[in-house]
Amino acid sequence: MSKQNLPLRAAELRLETLRVFEARGFGHVGGAMSVVETLAVLYNSVMRVRPEEPGWPERDRLVCSKGHAGPTVYAALAARGFFDKELLKTLNRPGTTLPSHCDMNKTPGVDMTTGSLGQGVSTAIGLAMGQKLRGQDARTYLIVGDGECNEGQVWEGLMLAAHRKLDNLIVFCDNNGQQLDGYIKNVLDTGDLADKFRAFGFFTQSINGHDTKAIENAIEAAHKEGAASHRPSMIVLDTKKGCGCTFAEDQEFNHHIAFTPEQMGEALAAAQKKLEEVSA
Amino acid sequence: MSIKMKAVLETEKNMMRDTYCRVLVELAKRDENIVAMDADLMSSSGMKPFMQAFPDRFINCGIAEANMVGVAAGLSAMGFVPFAHTFGTFATRRVCDQVFMSAAYAKLNVRIVGTDPGVCAAYNGGTHMPLEDMAVLRAIPEMILIEPTDSVMLENLLPQIAKQYGVYYIRLNRKNAVGVYEAGSTFQIGKGALLRDGADVTLFASGIMVAEALEAAKLLEEQDVSTRVVNLFTWKPVDTELIMESAKKTGAVITCENHNVVGGLGSAVAETLVKACPVPVEMIGVQDEFGEVGPEDYLRGRFCLNAVDIAAAALRAVKRKG
Repeated sequence: MSKQNLPLRAAELRLETLRVFEARGFGHVGGAMSVVETLAVLYNSVMRVRPEEPGWPERDRLVCSKGHAGPTVYAALAARGFFDKELLKTLNRPGTTLPSHCDMNKTPGVDMTTGSLGQGVSTAIGLAMGQKLRGQDARTYLIVGDGECNEGQVWEGLMLAAHRKLDNLIVFCDNNGQQLDGYIKNVLDTGDLADKFRAFGFFTQSINGHDTKAIENAIEAAHKEGAASHRPSMIVLDTKKGCGCTFAEDQEFNHHIAFTPEQMGEALAAAQKKLEEVSA
Repeated sequence: MSIKMKAVLETEKNMMRDTYCRVLVELAKRDENIVAMDADLMSSSGMKPFMQAFPDRFINCGIAEANMVGVAAGLSAMGFVPFAHTFGTFATRRVCDQVFMSAAYAKLNVRIVGTDPGVCAAYNGGTHMPLEDMAVLRAIPEMILIEPTDSVMLENLLPQIAKQYGVYYIRLNRKNAVGVYEAGSTFQIGKGALLRDGADVTLFASGIMVAEALEAAKLLEEQDVSTRVVNLFTWKPVDTELIMESAKKTGAVITCENHNVVGGLGSAVAETLVKACPVPVEMIGVQDEFGEVGPEDYLRGRFCLNAVDIAAAALRAVKRKG
């Protein structure tokens, strides 16, 4: 699919995302880190977008329904050229165009406002349905969290997507096993999500969500399956919440965390080292 | 705005839902962006002819109202103009957060249609009786809230609603309304309709209460109380200019709504008056109670929504004038 060095793009995106948080001293670090590879693949090798024309009507759309992963989306958009990287330092500052949660009216390249969990599933379905009604061959990519699947609206939406044969809808479920109050199995066990998605009529694949090659292959398979069976696709990403961020990874409560400059310095150094390893 | 009132008020021959569907089909013929949605209540909204005319542009979302509102928002982000219907209860309190974030906060272009306002829910009873629908949505910035009075007004407003941009809630009585306006009357969203002038008290009314207010004005006339009647069909943005002008002129105000007096039309009028013209105000409406089951005429009596209740309140307000 791609001639891009995707592991390198992902390593850059992780480092850049950490820098987005750096000045604030706190943020939704955990869930931002677990979707780095997916966003690196989407914006570097999959999605048809025009950074110079963010409102291009026939573009592919991204809905990050777990809107708190905004910082990763912003870093990915800046890397793709939607806006100046300098803006990334303004996260959550008064008057910023980069709020905690994604806002389509504030940030060039953001296709849907999200934050209240579950709702991005429905709006993404509306976009995918609209693309079909317009006769476009464009696609809508949707990222939901596994904790987000506690929300009933997710399942209302999935039912409709399969019923309407939205083969242009590709959903990623960030299956990091954690939610705000701890491990999903302890808070509200969602059980086997892949089985549930299959039962809801989705072509479902489970992959390592930190492996860019696996993500690329799964998206390609989703496109092929959509053309063949007209089923919408679900890609269950087995991920680690806080992945690659030394102070967040392997912590039970890493959804929204504060960090010291020293902790962030250590995380940035580790991310930099990883980037150098990948580029070597 | 050009209004002509009917000389005699009578129940219309056609149901409001038939006008809604017919006009929307006409609009959809001219504008390919119009889509209609329902949540397994197509038979109640009377939208089957729309589905037959535009099968690709009618989306039945099943019994999943939250999802329907979100899908409507997504469709509008693709340039479509969705009209999404369910009962007023589910169209508002059940989906409040979806209307807030996916539609209004995101500054998208969505129409929510909620039928069976207040006591019109009749035999569906208290569970299905929206007495708080307008209050729930009135607290969301930039929302436009409209309660069409009869089929003439509905027919005139729908093309405007389809053409303008924003998030609209249309509080629709799907049954036969009392006809107040002559065919050809035109209305402006955000502007009240002055139906009758008077010097002693103003009745601000909406929906099924307009006919009651006009009847109350006649009762008051018999007691030498000169009564102004205004149809405030847009609850938000409310016509502050006409409210102020009427209060200054008559010095006493009655609000008449088929809704809880908490957060509804009475609140909207009082919020306006308290700032600059605090005249006596009495609020006719459901006095912060739950609805209950029964025929509509029983419920109107049970919640004091009849012309006699309005006239009595007007006399109280006139007495309170300094």
